Amino acid sequence: MTLSERLRQKISDTFYQHGLLCASYPIPIILFTAFCILACCYPLLKLPLPGTGPVEYTTPIRDYSPPSVDNKGDPTDRPDWYLGPPVAYIQQILVKAIVSPWDKNLIPVDVFRSPLSRVFQLVEEIRNHVYRDSAGSCSLEEVCLQVTDLLPGLKKIQKQLPEHGCLIISPGNFWQNERERFDSDADIIATVHQYEPKGLHTSATIKDLLFGVPGKYSGVSLYNRKHVVAYTITIVFQHYNTKFLSSLRSRLKSLHPSINCTLREDQMVHVHFKEEIGIAELIPLVTTYIILFAYIYFSTRKIDMVKSKWGLALAAVVTVLSSLLMSVGLCTLFGLTPTLNGGEIFPYLVVVIGLENVLVLTKSVVSTPVDLEVKLRIAQGLSNESWSIMKNMATELGIIIIGYFTLVPAIQEFCLFAVVGLVSDFFLQMFFFTTVLSIDIRRMELADLNRRLPAEACLPPAKSSTLRARDSQQRCERQTALRTSTPHTITLQPSSFRNLRLPKRLRVIYFLARTRLAQRIIMVGTVIWIGILVYTDPAGLGTYLAAQVSEQSPLGDAGLPPLAVPPVFPGGAPESSLNVLPPSDPTPFLENKSQDDQQFVWNIPAGHVSAPDIAAGPEISWSPGEEEIWRKLSFRHWPSLFGYYNITLAKRYISLLPVIPVSLYLNTQEAIEARHPQDTRRFIPPIPGFDNRVDQLPSKPQVQSDFTLYKVAALGLAAGVLLVLLLFFLYRILCPRNYGQNGMSHGRRHRGELPCDDYGYSPPVSEISPLLLRGHSMDIECLASDGMLLVSCCLAGQIRVWDAQSGDCLTTIPSPGLRRNSSEVWEHQATWELGVELENSFCGTEENLDSAIAEYPLRRRQIPSRLTLFGDQPDLTPLIDTNFSEQTSHPIRKASEGLDGFDYGEVVQQAYQEPKSMTCPQAFPSSPTLSSAVRRHSLGDDSLSSPSRVPSLTPSWPGDWESSVWALELQGNLIAVGRSSGKLELWDAVGGTLRCSNEEGLSGITALIFLSNRIVAARLNGSLDFFTLDVNKPSTLLQHRGTPIRNSMTHSPCYSSDDVITCHLTHVIQCAHQKPITVLRAAAGRVVTGSQDHTVRVYRLEDSCCLFTLQGHSGGITSIYIDQTMVLASGGQDGAICIWDVLTGSRVSHMYGHRGDVTSLICTTTCIISSGLDDLICIWDRSTGIKLYSIQQEVGCGSSLGVISENLMVTGGQGCVSFWDLNYGDLLQTVYLGKCNEGQGVRQLLVLDNAAIVCDFGNELSLVYVPSVLEKLD
Amino acid sequence: MAEVSKIKGLQPVSRGPYISAITNKHMNLMIRGVVLFTIGVFLALVLNLLQVQRNVTLFPPDVIASIFSSAWWVPPCCGTASAVIGLLYPCIDSRLGEPHKFKREWSSVMRCVAVFVGINHASAKVDFANNIQLSLTLAALSIGLWWTFDRSRSGFGLGIGIAFLATLATQLLVYNGVFQYTSPDFLYVRSWLPCIYFAGGITMGNIGRQLAMVRIEIQMQTAAET
Repeated sequence: MTLSERLRQKISDTFYQHGLLCASYPIPIILFTAFCILACCYPLLKLPLPGTGPVEYTTPIRDYSPPSVDNKGDPTDRPDWYLGPPVAYIQQILVKAIVSPWDKNLIPVDVFRSPLSRVFQLVEEIRNHVYRDSAGSCSLEEVCLQVTDLLPGLKKIQKQLPEHGCLIISPGNFWQNERERFDSDADIIATVHQYEPKGLHTSATIKDLLFGVPGKYSGVSLYNRKHVVAYTITIVFQHYNTKFLSSLRSRLKSLHPSINCTLREDQMVHVHFKEEIGIAELIPLVTTYIILFAYIYFSTRKIDMVKSKWGLALAAVVTVLSSLLMSVGLCTLFGLTPTLNGGEIFPYLVVVIGLENVLVLTKSVVSTPVDLEVKLRIAQGLSNESWSIMKNMATELGIIIIGYFTLVPAIQEFCLFAVVGLVSDFFLQMFFFTTVLSIDIRRMELADLNRRLPAEACLPPAKSSTLRARDSQQRCERQTALRTSTPHTITLQPSSFRNLRLPKRLRVIYFLARTRLAQRIIMVGTVIWIGILVYTDPAGLGTYLAAQVSEQSPLGDAGLPPLAVPPVFPGGAPESSLNVLPPSDPTPFLENKSQDDQQFVWNIPAGHVSAPDIAAGPEISWSPGEEEIWRKLSFRHWPSLFGYYNITLAKRYISLLPVIPVSLYLNTQEAIEARHPQDTRRFIPPIPGFDNRVDQLPSKPQVQSDFTLYKVAALGLAAGVLLVLLLFFLYRILCPRNYGQNGMSHGRRHRGELPCDDYGYSPPVSEISPLLLRGHSMDIECLASDGMLLVSCCLAGQIRVWDAQSGDCLTTIPSPGLRRNSSEVWEHQATWELGVELENSFCGTEENLDSAIAEYPLRRRQIPSRLTLFGDQPDLTPLIDTNFSEQTSHPIRKASEGLDGFDYGEVVQQAYQEPKSMTCPQAFPSSPTLSSAVRRHSLGDDSLSSPSRVPSLTPSWPGDWESSVWALELQGNLIAVGRSSGKLELWDAVGGTLRCSNEEGLSGITALIFLSNRIVAARLNGSLDFFTLDVNKPSTLLQHRGTPIRNSMTHSPCYSSDDVITCHLTHVIQCAHQKPITVLRAAAGRVVTGSQDHTVRVYRLEDSCCLFTLQGHSGGITSIYIDQTMVLASGGQDGAICIWDVLTGSRVSHMYGHRGDVTSLICTTTCIISSGLDDLICIWDRSTGIKLYSIQQEVGCGSSLGVISENLMVTGGQGCVSFWDLNYGDLLQTVYLGKCNEGQGVRQLLVLDNAAIVCDFGNELSLVYVPSVLEKLD
Repeated sequence: MAEVSKIKGLQPVSRGPYISAITNKHMNLMIRGVVLFTIGVFLALVLNLLQVQRNVTLFPPDVIASIFSSAWWVPPCCGTASAVIGLLYPCIDSRLGEPHKFKREWSSVMRCVAVFVGINHASAKVDFANNIQLSLTLAALSIGLWWTFDRSRSGFGLGIGIAFLATLATQLLVYNGVFQYTSPDFLYVRSWLPCIYFAGGITMGNIGRQLAMVRIEIQMQTAAET
């Protein structure tokens, strides 16, 4: 034993013990795990909560000095970010201006034109301000923040923002701080709004940036009824120079005094910005999260075969998440502070840790034998996967540790987290998830037990099973005591959808109709559209919300004195005009206006009014909220301003100095002088219409933007229509026209009906022409073959034996049952036609063989009539109906001629002496078999008179005629027939004689197995009978037939026709299943039965001992596959396919692929092919259980399926068979069986050894040779 | 006796639109191509954004425009390349006759894509001491990606080939001045570029293989839901 093996053994043992532990004490372990998680996550409480809103800190402006870089000596409660100098000091100068004696002659544009014109003067003043004292002088240039280039992406606003110099921002920047430009600007509003985005915007716009006040505060609008214009001049300082600032403040105040201003000037506010997450960063982040969710989805989808899928999926996710939390918690506990952006690396951590182990665990536990006890199952499942789990874990740890040695700090941190996360994930998997899994499995077991039927017959006498049985009983009792039976219900599809096979197209439509998808989409679309309309309407909700957003930004309410939070719309305050809604004054506006104007005139005498005179006037008032007007700005205002210059504010702070108020009073004269010539012209019809428009019309830019919106919408609509048309044409070009028009089989039907027409445009319809075997009068029900011979049985009960090579009918074993029903009709013709018929068959050459075959139906019907004539004779009809000329030409027949040739002539002579001797007396001498006729005859008599046969034969005939054939098997030259009456018959395939019969069972035989000298019959009542054939060979006649040909059948003895075969029941398993046995298969010395009672049982063929009862299906078993390599696959009504290990009885894998029953199953060395009632053929990978692909079959043809070689599959369709390449699922060829029988599907399909395919096709058999397949494969 | 002739690719039988889409080779190919193209374009945009983001922490308000700020031809090129790669991988698998069987699940593919994005993320966001370290780390990561999710020789070979060709193409483009890298250290381009191309090739190949395999299943499921 090598070291690794020993290690492996050790690990496996440990895991086994651990699994036992977990499953034994689930609750304490879960509690312990929860405690561990909580304990490890406790350090997380100390971590600050993430958030991106800025935070503030207010300091008095008196004796302010920038904080030192480290605050070690300063234990005050200043925030930890308040270190070092700020990025910038921001000084805002809030200018309020009014044209005070408002004149009727003034036009709306006068409200802001002249006030704005004063900005240039003010800016000039500020720029030139120099503070001088004894120590020297200080100019603005020295203290201000010098900026360089704007970011390259901002070409279009390049002119608006200063470059290469002091960062001073004012509305003047719109005109590059040149008065001339301003004066020559005809449309100020347009200039100001030219960069306004159309939709909703949360970040600062250029207008906001330059004006420094929120848009509606500025008053630059044509409908400003307060006539007050406000804007700021923002100066950004790099250094804090108290003297310079105070001198600037006092100078401005003295120049433009604001009398009633009571703004506080003693505090500066420091605003710290968190790291920003812009949209650009958000998109990759969101992408990674989407990928993460997809990963989690696809992973948890694979959890299967458990009681609650969702519960386990949740447990898996919880495992991973809490392991991450634990990892962060532990890392912080040991002093490592996470510097990485948690949200960013989180998806990668999850992906690295992965859900794989959890899934592997689940799969492994679920695939342990169901019979075992829960804790044993858990333990076994754990120990099965222990090695791979440990190996994976070691690999991942190794990779991560390699990553740790890259010595890149970020990667090192990531790796550290990942390592701790991996370890804690492993811990949680082992303790938390395993325990949850054990609870789940136990629940399933309970549900299972509730459902299970009481006593089980023939359980393997294993200790575990008895243990479990006792357990189960206890549990059953407990369970029933707890709750009356609520069995695990199998939810089937609603019958309408299961049975109704509609075209896909129709089903899509039905789906739409059922869910009302279209209506809902339209509804949602309308709501969204309305929402967008409301939102983007400048007079509507958008601005309101924007205002709300900007005012409720964290700047406004982050722990400030209540004074700082201004009311959203201060009622009765002078700014009431700032309200979005027009003032609710019902009086006519014109009147109102004039009154206002008169008031103004009265208040302010026209002409020269000096500022102090108006000082007490109501026009410019300063409310307390305005001292921090910047709070009303978007909280992205400053970051975006600095961002333009590639200066980040993330994790840094700025200091805002108290606002300097400036009041400007302008008189009418100045306002008029400042006018642009065009202003007058444009606003010539000023007042009357103007006032009406206030209420009734939307603003002018809005009208314009609305028009563009409509234009864009119309264009979009047109483009959409065009696109749809284009796609439609593409579709028509690319796809054939007849999609879904006449159902799925349209193409085939067309080709089948008119084969000649097709030659013109398509390759020949069938390059492989099938050989039709006609003869049955009704649909063929059973089909069996051993490669050489082919036996078929139709619904009428007639059995025919065909030569699988040539397709000739060798024997017909008629159904006696037909005699009573239809014999009278044919009685008259019988005698006459019989003669002709027999003459044909006796004297005929190869040429008229076909005609003889064609007449088979007729002849068959005549046979009963003969029997009525000779009722006292033993039933010898099967012996008569033999094509003699064919017999003679048969190679085997020739070889054994003279030894075991059957004496037909004698029997025929005996039975039909009178009619035949006249019509065809010369036929008999021509038959070569006649030479041995006499000897045969005596032999046949012997067998007939033997006591074992006669009693079983004669009395049973009447009942037997009534019964129909349910199962058919062929081996060597013996046909085993299972009848609905429970009778088992053995017929000679070539001779057509009844060799033996057994009617010990009364229940109908549903399935038969005929292996060497054993016959296993499954009966309707669920019992399983094992028969043994005893052959009493006459010593000299022992011979094997056709040994050179039948190499593959060497193990099966051949029964020569003169052996006395007796068939006796050796073992009966009365209650093999509680319900009818549906499938019976045998291979490799095992007999496998599947039953309606959801179980599969494995028996040993020799001693008929039940080895395993395989449970795992939740529906009746419908198909089973077993081959010599001991691979066992079973499919059930639940659509599940289970692969079992026949040696151990454990389930290897479990797959769900079909809706409805699995109708047939075939395994190749690499894949499993299954077909279901849903007409789907699925190809699965055998080792992994992953579905490779599936093929949609035609309705009703799903079950006919065969595998010719490793990679060639044949399926039956409507009147055709199709060949598929198994590796890629390509359709290779379709062979049409007939020209007119389109309606009939191929229901059964049998692949013979010589690569021929036999399929039933209504009442015909079709033999298709595919030799070219073999060529191609070689 | 039955007439025997060669079995060759006959006309696929036409059935319902879904089914025919599957059985029809060309249709199938086209759908897969379109899907791969879309994925490629999307990844190109997102990853480009990651690269653009480097050294820039704050974005002007017209961020959306900056997503498309790089030349218009980059995403379509990436899309086309990924479509070609994604179709090439299953094709080569089938030509070599060794169908890829390692971890054929969507969850694994998702993991692969996530790791690929992570590699890009690392190349864009993590500050490395020098370029050699960066390139070596990324190379190790890429090889790790291949080993974790592919492990096929054909995949490795194709990945190397793609990396070589794509790097060559980029070199030529940069040489002709179509665009340029900020600090080239490997002739005209960044030295980590081949690693990214390699990882991208593996990833797209993985997606392509999965699409070639499970596309039918998805369609069946959508059909089943109806």
